[in-house]
Amino acid sequence: MEAALDLIVPMLSAMLRVATPLILAALAGLFAERSGVVDVGLEGKMLFAAFAAAATASVTGDVWLGLGAAILASSALALLHGFACITLRGSQVVSGMAINVLAAGLSATLALAWFRQGGQTPALPSSARFGALPLPGAEWIAEIPVLGRLLVGVLGGHAFPVYLALALVPVAAFVLWRTRFGLRLRACGENPAAVDAAGVSVARLRYAGVLIAGVLCGIAGATISTAQGAHFATDMTAGRGFIALAALILANWKPWPVLWTCLAFGLLDAVAIRLQGVPMPMLGVPFPVQAVQALPYVLTVILLAGFVGRAVAPRAAGQPYIKER
Amino acid sequence: MTPRALPGWADLALLPALNLLLALGLSALVVLAAGESPAAAMHALAIGSFGSWDSVGYTLFYATDMAFAGLAVAIAFKCGLFNIGVEGQAAIGGLGLALVMLGLDAALPASVVVILAILAGALAGAAYGAIPGWLQARRGSHVVITTIMFNFIAASLLVYLLVNVLIEPGHMAPETRRFATGLPALSAFGFPGRSPVNLALPLVLLAAFAVWVLVWRTPWGYGLRVVGANPDAAGYAGIDQGRRIIVAMAISGALAAGIAVNELLGAQNKLILNFTGGAGFTGIAVALMGRNHPLGVLLAALLFGALAQGGAELAFEMPDLPRETVLVVQGLVILFTGALGGLLKTPLARLLARER
Repeated sequence: MEAALDLIVPMLSAMLRVATPLILAALAGLFAERSGVVDVGLEGKMLFAAFAAAATASVTGDVWLGLGAAILASSALALLHGFACITLRGSQVVSGMAINVLAAGLSATLALAWFRQGGQTPALPSSARFGALPLPGAEWIAEIPVLGRLLVGVLGGHAFPVYLALALVPVAAFVLWRTRFGLRLRACGENPAAVDAAGVSVARLRYAGVLIAGVLCGIAGATISTAQGAHFATDMTAGRGFIALAALILANWKPWPVLWTCLAFGLLDAVAIRLQGVPMPMLGVPFPVQAVQALPYVLTVILLAGFVGRAVAPRAAGQPYIKER
Repeated sequence: MTPRALPGWADLALLPALNLLLALGLSALVVLAAGESPAAAMHALAIGSFGSWDSVGYTLFYATDMAFAGLAVAIAFKCGLFNIGVEGQAAIGGLGLALVMLGLDAALPASVVVILAILAGALAGAAYGAIPGWLQARRGSHVVITTIMFNFIAASLLVYLLVNVLIEPGHMAPETRRFATGLPALSAFGFPGRSPVNLALPLVLLAAFAVWVLVWRTPWGYGLRVVGANPDAAGYAGIDQGRRIIVAMAISGALAAGIAVNELLGAQNKLILNFTGGAGFTGIAVALMGRNHPLGVLLAALLFGALAQGGAELAFEMPDLPRETVLVVQGLVILFTGALGGLLKTPLARLLARER
């Protein structure tokens, strides 16, 4: 039992850590796409936010200012996306890709020019990072046999964004499905003409969706550079924005499934790292870690192809809304 | 307010030029924010890309990549499809090409094996493009999302194969052994300077012409454009949309494999990781700027080839600016020519209408 726990506890703890930016980014995509604006620019917004957070935290020494800067930077890109897609009714996918390319260029250029450390920002001291928070009542919970160690080991000792991400899942579920704002936002993604006929501004709601996505991507980016990492490096988001997009699709654009999918992807990643270089039983060749890493993408394609289950996107997502006169 | 029509010359020449100027102007602000002089950066960019025969050669070499990528994106666009998967299709094309080279380069004469390798690359790229096409046409899965996913799947596959299977025994770097032969460089035919620009350049010109003939001068291409412009009309006209979509994606994938021909057969002479260098994404900017027309794509590819080569020199001349600075220009061009297309179009149309 103890030996099994030794193996499981660090892996589940790593799962939570890895899943955090995915959960935040996938929730970001959820708000944008539920409002009818497709967002393939999650990656770029996160990358730019990761840079803004690390740069600000390194200059000011304050991780909260870093988080604020990340949210501002990501929201600025989100507004640009909104302006292109909602106001000018441009192609949402093209705008998202442009934001990805732009963010890669901007973050690399400014990181090199402002800090002169080969494209990285200076390593942050632990005071300018999100450190581990103690789990309240950990000493009592730990007394419970087996379960106590599991709870403390898995849930305890994480940084603030981990708990924030977990808390935001029910918040998103409540806002989207239990409030008037949420109903209208989802209606914008399904049938914007109906929202318009009810006398509510589709553009304003879609801007709200896109902006919420900006804020969440900002937190996700700050998590990557100031909680998981201790500096910004070129292209440090490494495709997480696209994994989040995959999670959003697999979760059928619903908040609780988003959590489960992201946790599953986090577990996959933790397992893959664990199995790196371990020979496969009987075959003798090293375990194909890349196969595990590619699994989220393969699963998404299989689901999209309708072989297993059915992915039902918001019906009006991707289409600019043109008011009839 | 419907967007007014622009006169042809303004739509094809003036608007892209204005969009480019706007992108360069904003990039100058970024250079300024990086603490460098935009004028000096512009100078370094120009000298770096066209200042000597060597740099012209490199510009043309990169332009070849961009042109293949741009054509791949453009032909899919013409069918109403947004192919973000050029990176992955090029990678799988490179894999097919490399397998033929590794297996046959000792057994067959150089010219035969090179032609076979190019065909294998194109075939592999076409197959990898056709799958998302088939998924879109027959299963209704959106091609944008599937091609994004296919990029990552291709990258994982290539990493796995290069690290575990195809790696040159006894070496650490994840790359294959050198091919015995490759595409001759243009310098072998008297092109001045030392640069990797090779026979893939005439090949891409040929491909551009073939795309033009196919899309604009054949009934099949007409059907393709109808599917792209108005799927309902295509349905009423009895055009098999699904088949057009699958074949357009296959051709797109085959064109993407041209990047592998240029990089692997023309320069590297082995299969390496990430040989596309992001050209597949640049192809989106190239196609948008070139208005999805082969001639426009070639011109835009020259511009982005110059940016890629000039950007490398810029990073060398100005240590405070990395290569990635040109990504800012690229991103802004995609933004202005693609998503923000209406920004300049409407005022420009109004202005030109008033003058008349």
